[in-house]
Amino acid sequence: MTGLTRRRALMTLPIAGAGLAGFGCWKMLSAMQDGSFDPRAIRLDKNERPIPDFVLPGIPGLGDGFDTSMLRQATQPVLINFFASWCIPCVAEMAALRVISQRIALWGIAYKDKPDDARRFVSRDGSPYRRTALDQSGMTAIDWGVSGVPESFLVLPGGQIAWHGTAALDETQFEQHVLPIAAGTR
Amino acid sequence: MTRKSRRLWLVLSCLACFAVASGLVLNAFSSSIVFFMAPSQILREPPAVDRVIRLGGMVVAGSLKRSLEGQTPINQFDITDGQAAIAVRYEGILPDLFREGQSVVALGTYLKGSPFSASEVLAKHDETYMPKEVADALRKSGKWDPRFGKPPSAESLDSMARHDTDAQAHR
Amino acid sequence: MFFLGPEEGHYALAFACVLALAQFILPLWGAARGIRLLLDMASRLAFAQFIALSYAFVSLIACAVGDDFSVQNVAANSAISKPLLYKITGVWGNHEGSVLLWALILSLCGGAVALLGRGLPLILKARVLAILGGVSTGFQLFCLLTSNPFARIWPAPADGQGMNPLLQDPGLAFHPPVLYTGYVGFAVPFAFAVAALIEGRVDAAWGRWVRPWAVAAWCFLTCGIAMGSWWSYYVLGWGGYWFWDPVENASLIPWLTGTALVHSAIVVEKRDALRIWTVLLAIASFSFSLSGTFLVRSGILNSVHAFANDPARGVFILGLLAIVIGGSLALFAWRAPGLSAGGLFAPVSREGGLVLNNILLCALCAVVVTGTMYPPFMQILTGRTLSVGKPFFDATTIPLALPLLAAMGLGTLLPWKRGHLLPALRRLRIAGVIAAIALIGGSFLLEGILPVLCAAAALWVIAASVVDLASKLGLRGGLHVLRQRLPRLPRAVWGSTLAHIGIGVTVLGITGMSQAQHNVVEIGLGETIHQGALDWTLLSVRQEAGPNYRALIADLSVSKHGRVVATLHPSRRDFESQHQVTTDVAIRTNLMRDLYAALGESHGQGSSARYVLRLHNNPLAPWIWLGGVVMALGGALSLSDRRHRFGAPRKPSQAVAGEGS
Repeated sequence: MTGLTRRRALMTLPIAGAGLAGFGCWKMLSAMQDGSFDPRAIRLDKNERPIPDFVLPGIPGLGDGFDTSMLRQATQPVLINFFASWCIPCVAEMAALRVISQRIALWGIAYKDKPDDARRFVSRDGSPYRRTALDQSGMTAIDWGVSGVPESFLVLPGGQIAWHGTAALDETQFEQHVLPIAAGTR
Repeated sequence: MTRKSRRLWLVLSCLACFAVASGLVLNAFSSSIVFFMAPSQILREPPAVDRVIRLGGMVVAGSLKRSLEGQTPINQFDITDGQAAIAVRYEGILPDLFREGQSVVALGTYLKGSPFSASEVLAKHDETYMPKEVADALRKSGKWDPRFGKPPSAESLDSMARHDTDAQAHR
Repeated sequence: MFFLGPEEGHYALAFACVLALAQFILPLWGAARGIRLLLDMASRLAFAQFIALSYAFVSLIACAVGDDFSVQNVAANSAISKPLLYKITGVWGNHEGSVLLWALILSLCGGAVALLGRGLPLILKARVLAILGGVSTGFQLFCLLTSNPFARIWPAPADGQGMNPLLQDPGLAFHPPVLYTGYVGFAVPFAFAVAALIEGRVDAAWGRWVRPWAVAAWCFLTCGIAMGSWWSYYVLGWGGYWFWDPVENASLIPWLTGTALVHSAIVVEKRDALRIWTVLLAIASFSFSLSGTFLVRSGILNSVHAFANDPARGVFILGLLAIVIGGSLALFAWRAPGLSAGGLFAPVSREGGLVLNNILLCALCAVVVTGTMYPPFMQILTGRTLSVGKPFFDATTIPLALPLLAAMGLGTLLPWKRGHLLPALRRLRIAGVIAAIALIGGSFLLEGILPVLCAAAALWVIAASVVDLASKLGLRGGLHVLRQRLPRLPRAVWGSTLAHIGIGVTVLGITGMSQAQHNVVEIGLGETIHQGALDWTLLSVRQEAGPNYRALIADLSVSKHGRVVATLHPSRRDFESQHQVTTDVAIRTNLMRDLYAALGESHGQGSSARYVLRLHNNPLAPWIWLGGVVMALGGALSLSDRRHRFGAPRKPSQAVAGEGS
């Protein structure tokens, strides 16, 4: 009988192994979907890092731009959002940004965009951004480590990047990831 | 030969073989795994001199210099991750889509004080190499929808995407 | 096309899915209750499903050929200006179309079992078809729900977006169908294994039924891998043939378990031993085929050549895998302990040799799986990004492959049940001498110790196979023995000998390739590069306009000791409309070596212009793929053996034991 039990144990090994592998894959897939795991990620930077130096002009008709020192001197956490008028997820993201902008200071940077397009895009249904700037060459975005738009960064007073989101923001993500960090510094 | 001794023989040979296999794997892991590092990481904690690493980041605009040593072409450029930049030296043909301001991965070794010596450079925007990376970034950025097939090339991006949004805005 | 529109195709696909579901449920029910009518329906449903799916596939091709750009898939992957051949092959050059092709091949396998399995017991056949139907249902649902190839877009664009110029290549066009046939072909042994587990009986007859299917799938997979490797050699222009890329590993893993399956099925057939193990291998081969594709498509593994990935699709495939693999392994855990143990054999015997082959192949497989899966698992566990490449695989696979090669030469000479090493070794004297000469000669000629060992092992395998064949033909006994034995020697023996020789040829090719000389140089017109005994001279560079590209063509002459041996014309094509540059490699082969040249970028203008060139001298390179072809031929030859035909009738002695369940 012990022989048979041992045999049974042996025969369950394959499914146990497959189950473990399957569980791991499931973990990876779900982590890939919420953006916390990216097998092709280039950067490994920890989120805590200072903001890069930049000076950006404003979008014509929407006030002046901003630069590193203004961001550093902010007294509240600021959520920086890179967007572009030609980017379809950014259009979709706008609705969520309007809600989010009620709860945090939201500054926008238009990435590789025509000034007129960017202005129309931002002001079409009311701008969610307190300040906007235009990064026409895309070089500032490179310094920040943007790999595409939309991406968002949470900048703490003093100019530390505390969080980096590489996908379109929604309210749940905002409440889960951004708000706790921002609230901790207030 | 009894059933038991035959089984013992089988089990032993299995075990021996898998012991050898795991020994080989562990040995290879300790010596030939390639870690992925960003320039700031390499500068902060330089890897062992003989250790091959993958260096990933963006090519700093205006940093690419070409020269010749005898008949061998030498390329030198800087790779940055936004926090630090590191010089890279590479002998050979750069990938077709290697461009300044774009992501690349360089495979090679690093000795403190001298440029990163790359044995291989892969341009991340090179469709002949890693189309998926680009695809992913593009999809995330909305410049490309997988339902519409192959990702567009780097240059055509802006015009194409703008055209799409225009079409949408007119509807 | 009137009857072949996208709606018709979509409908046919949905209809095929319903048929597949019926093919899954009805025969299983019939087998459990003993309802003859339902058992008989299995074959008919399999045929009907194949016809419906073919209709769907032909509709998709018709959409592509007829430039119906209202179909999203066609709009994204085709264009009016594309040549007809690539319009057709482009159908499976993308995710949706390839899933449909996959499903089509699966239903083709079902149809083949229904047609060729006339000799099978009714219940077993019904169950096998039911399992195939179940897997088909899953894939067709996947196709319908997450990757519908017939989805429409509105408004339809005037012209499609075309296809990557790199993919407009005949080699790549026919590579996927062959490779998929290899992957999907393992569904049949898988279905046989699951059916046997349900029935609770595995015997020699089962081994004989499974083997031809496993061999057929193995042949296609071998061809598919060889074609893929050849493609990356002559298209990518890096001078390499195997990059240990996840996609390549995903095809190598089922090939290794499939090779083990082909061999262990022999033991089941001839000696009625290793039954449970063979069942497990049959399940594993198909499981690895499926999960390899899953890992690549879902984007968990990062690959050179792959379709766009989508984690959402990945979740669906993972669910499908959980049902197919988890279900079959659960059944295995439940039923396999009840299977009776097989026959006895001594360690030194043909069975023993085949067991050793299995163990080593599985160890190789485990090593490749580890190397492929380690990076993503490590990343999710520790957050550290790392990659495992050629050095890892070289350090682990070669030491395992060498004893495998050594055992290969010896194994076929051992008798069944019990043998002795010494007589077998004595018969292999000549092979041993050849290997020893290779060892000594190689250590002077070749660089590094591993290539020398590989070359010796490869020659040992080839020589041992020939010696084995000669002794089976009775060459020593003179001409009249030969005349007697030659017609009676089973084709399976020729087949296995050929396949073993093929392995040896491939290993020789790989060894030769490791001695390749290559230079990357930047030279001007008229300059010469010395590479070993060869002199490469850049004669001229000219511009030429193609249909949709501009080409820069270099004329290189290669001379040896002052005598011109070849002129090569590598070129670089600039597809302006797609902003893409492709490298057209020039290869000149004489079967003993490849001269390989690729043209890189150019600097400067006019007569002072300099060109970057990649120049290779690859000894024995063509042998790598030649060996693959020989292996596949060997498999095909053994399939043509009368005893191994698909669904060959059982031996009369086992007919009684085979009834009922």
